[in-house]
Amino acid sequence: MIRLDHVSAQVQGKEILKDINLEIHTGEIMVIIGPSGSGKSTLLRLMIGLMKPAAGEVWIDGQEISRMNEDQLNEVRLRMGMVFQYSALFDSMNVGENVAFGLREHSQLSEVEIRRQVRRKLRMVGLSGQEATMPNALSGGMKKRVSLARAIAVDPRIVLYDEPTSGLDPIMSGTIDRLIASTRRMLGVTSVVVTHDMASAFNIADRLAMIHQGQIIETGGVEDIRHSVNPLVQRFIRSENAKINARKEKQNE
Amino acid sequence: MVKEVLERLGAQVIVFVDQVGQIVTLAAETVTHLPELRWRGLVRQMAHLGVDSLPIVLLTILFTGMVITVQTANEFVKYGAQSTVGGIVAIAMGRELSPVLTGVVVAGRCGAAITAELGSMKVTEQIDALRVMAVNPIAYLVVPRLLACMLMVPLLVIFADVIGTIGSYMVATAYAGISSHTFMHSITTFAVPNDVTGGLVKAMVFGAIVAIVGCHKGLTTREGAEGVGQATTGSVVMSIILIFISNYFLSLMLYR
Repeated sequence: MIRLDHVSAQVQGKEILKDINLEIHTGEIMVIIGPSGSGKSTLLRLMIGLMKPAAGEVWIDGQEISRMNEDQLNEVRLRMGMVFQYSALFDSMNVGENVAFGLREHSQLSEVEIRRQVRRKLRMVGLSGQEATMPNALSGGMKKRVSLARAIAVDPRIVLYDEPTSGLDPIMSGTIDRLIASTRRMLGVTSVVVTHDMASAFNIADRLAMIHQGQIIETGGVEDIRHSVNPLVQRFIRSENAKINARKEKQNE
Repeated sequence: MVKEVLERLGAQVIVFVDQVGQIVTLAAETVTHLPELRWRGLVRQMAHLGVDSLPIVLLTILFTGMVITVQTANEFVKYGAQSTVGGIVAIAMGRELSPVLTGVVVAGRCGAAITAELGSMKVTEQIDALRVMAVNPIAYLVVPRLLACMLMVPLLVIFADVIGTIGSYMVATAYAGISSHTFMHSITTFAVPNDVTGGLVKAMVFGAIVAIVGCHKGLTTREGAEGVGQATTGSVVMSIILIFISNYFLSLMLYR
């Protein structure tokens, strides 16, 4: 379980998050929505210890991580994986080496077993046989899938997704949505997905939380958010839907 | 007007001192992570940073040895001091020219490459990805680069000493009419092992400077391709400045 208690965060002296309270239950898919610059990615960075909160506490599976040093954080991170917005694949390594990286660093598995695990994870994300491909030869959607395979290679209990469908066409977005859902189903992981893609959010979420100007203004299930009476939520959903429709029309042309 | 210039100068000095402080902190942190060395990474960096730099170092030092002899040999012959040319060139090469010029060449080639690589990793979130995967970026990225530079720059300097002296020998014998025996005898008479070993100590320090400055600039790169470009330029400039400053103090310590 992930819990944020009265968390505030600052970047270069500017307050990005204000008094955030959020609880994410074990095994659920929590989608965090909100406009660009609202603090969504900062929230993810706090959850995995890439940033320290200015105030408040961040609890991961019963451990308060905001006061931990880097070595203590690494113990917690071994149970977590993250899919970055721009994939963040190591460009000096091929796909197989990227996926095997965590296993080579942290497990005592033999090289044969590591290769077997890599093949299994790549099969899960639909990229069998791509071990020798270099990241610069992959499309955006393939990079995201390799990034997911790398994140789940060490069998984490929590996976964080930062804008997993941004920059992808609707078909590939759907593929990534299905992968997020199937990863939860097969591995039982807790998932936190940051996105402003409302179609994707409604597809995969168990619950959603909307951030606006650094504060959570609404939390609830898909139907709660869809029919929210909060005008900010409705305005955000309408504007994102309009963007999706405009993109579709452009593609049809 | 004068006040403005002084203020700007003062601001730059503060930035420089602040950067040196950060570099020293990174160096100290790197030392604490030395036991976590990845041997495969070290070998790759030694090949990448050392072996690939050899041709340009040899070319630079060969012509430096030749030009020094062109400038000095005629004058020395004029005053009947041809028996000192080989020794003087060998001492100059071993103590100063080989380590400093090799350091500068390595700063331009390897320091820039280190900063560009780490800077690109920073702006594409690969450094964050390492941290997320519970791998310390300093242990994984900085330690092998530091050790590779500290081992390979002295090796390059040994090659540089030899090739610089060969260049000098060729010019002295073919252009200035100094006999082969006189040139070689001059080296054995005037040069001592400390001229070479002192240069190797300097080379090790310069290698450390290039690696740590390169890594520091890479790890603190700001967003975007422009940030990588600025960091790369800054890395080369800072390394060269620190090499020249430290060279003065090392010379005082090693050759008093």
